[in-house]
Amino acid sequence: MIDINGLAFGYSHRKDLFKDLNLKITSGKIHGLLGLNGAGKSSLLHLIQGLRFADEGSIKVFGLSPKQRDIKHLQQSFLLPEEVYTPDISMKQYIDMYSPFYPLFSLESFLQFLNEFELDRSAHLGQMSMGQKKKAVIAFALATNTKILLMDEPTNGLDIPSKKQFRKILSHIITDDRTFLISTHQIRDLHSLIDNVIAISNGHIIFNQSINEIVDSLHFSLDGKPSSSDDLIYHERVPGGYLNISPSTGIPSFEPDLEVLFNAIMTNNSAINQAF
Amino acid sequence: MNFRPPAPIFLQIAEHIIQLIISGDWKEGDRIPSVRDFATDVEVNPNTVVRTYNLLSQEGIISNKRGVGYFLNENAKKLSTTYLKKQFINEELPYFIKMMKTLELDFEDLKKEYNEHK
Repeated sequence: MIDINGLAFGYSHRKDLFKDLNLKITSGKIHGLLGLNGAGKSSLLHLIQGLRFADEGSIKVFGLSPKQRDIKHLQQSFLLPEEVYTPDISMKQYIDMYSPFYPLFSLESFLQFLNEFELDRSAHLGQMSMGQKKKAVIAFALATNTKILLMDEPTNGLDIPSKKQFRKILSHIITDDRTFLISTHQIRDLHSLIDNVIAISNGHIIFNQSINEIVDSLHFSLDGKPSSSDDLIYHERVPGGYLNISPSTGIPSFEPDLEVLFNAIMTNNSAINQAF
Repeated sequence: MNFRPPAPIFLQIAEHIIQLIISGDWKEGDRIPSVRDFATDVEVNPNTVVRTYNLLSQEGIISNKRGVGYFLNENAKKLSTTYLKKQFINEELPYFIKMMKTLELDFEDLKKEYNEHK
């Protein structure tokens, strides 16, 4: 569905953000895009949406180059930015203005999502708090029914019940022909939803595995001390002792803590990838 | 000393369902929630529930009737008990025994506690 080959991109000619970045994203999954601040998560989403153009290499979305900004691409792809901009208009005007761009937009779903986020459909966007605006735009994004949904830190600024509703809605609307790509630092908000983990660092994709593969290939254990085993990949201090990661012994072990996994990916990348 | 962090989500869901079957809340022959409904209910990715249902199908506890949904098999309760027993002996008991050794508890001590809890 999204196919990136040999991508190079930078904001200045002297320094590349991405060099020879390769990434294939298939449909039917909720992908979590992880990376340090400044690693290029938002830039990658912008490149996929056609808001920025590649310096080298190719990006194909539905077989089309996002640079062309083909209507067949844009009406099936929605980018939810971290900080939403909303004009000072009513929700109804917002729908009238933006929904015609998305042929599969469902007003019924939109009203249902507003209800689940406890937003009043007659409310005026100009009079909403930042969090409420974000929820209104999330409800819109989810109701566009686009095949691709790119979300940049969607849970930032959401209150606790809304995070729960957001998870419920996402688990309900993901289907085999849709792809959700979510960049996030708030991995604990979304860890039960993400079924593929992608990590980006130093201009490359340094990790790209499904949760099923992670559960089957890595052994997470909690011990009183760092494991003395030779094949220990990573350990981290946690309140209950030390969380150790080693290659799997074959038996599914424990639910991977994705924050700890991310730290392991960043500190011992080659050993992590060798376990797969 | 070893401790037990939570099992992978697909196994947590499997154990949850098995407990519902053993307690009789879910009855043999009953239709169980669809993958999507269950995923939405517990806020997980539907692919995780697919993995749980595949596991329970392999164990003979549930069956998929094409186009209709998943149902509990006739011997689901017996098979669920067998699964949970196996899981308890392989996963829980080693920790329990380790703890007994650490605390130097013997079977007589356990017997006393057991009788008090009965």
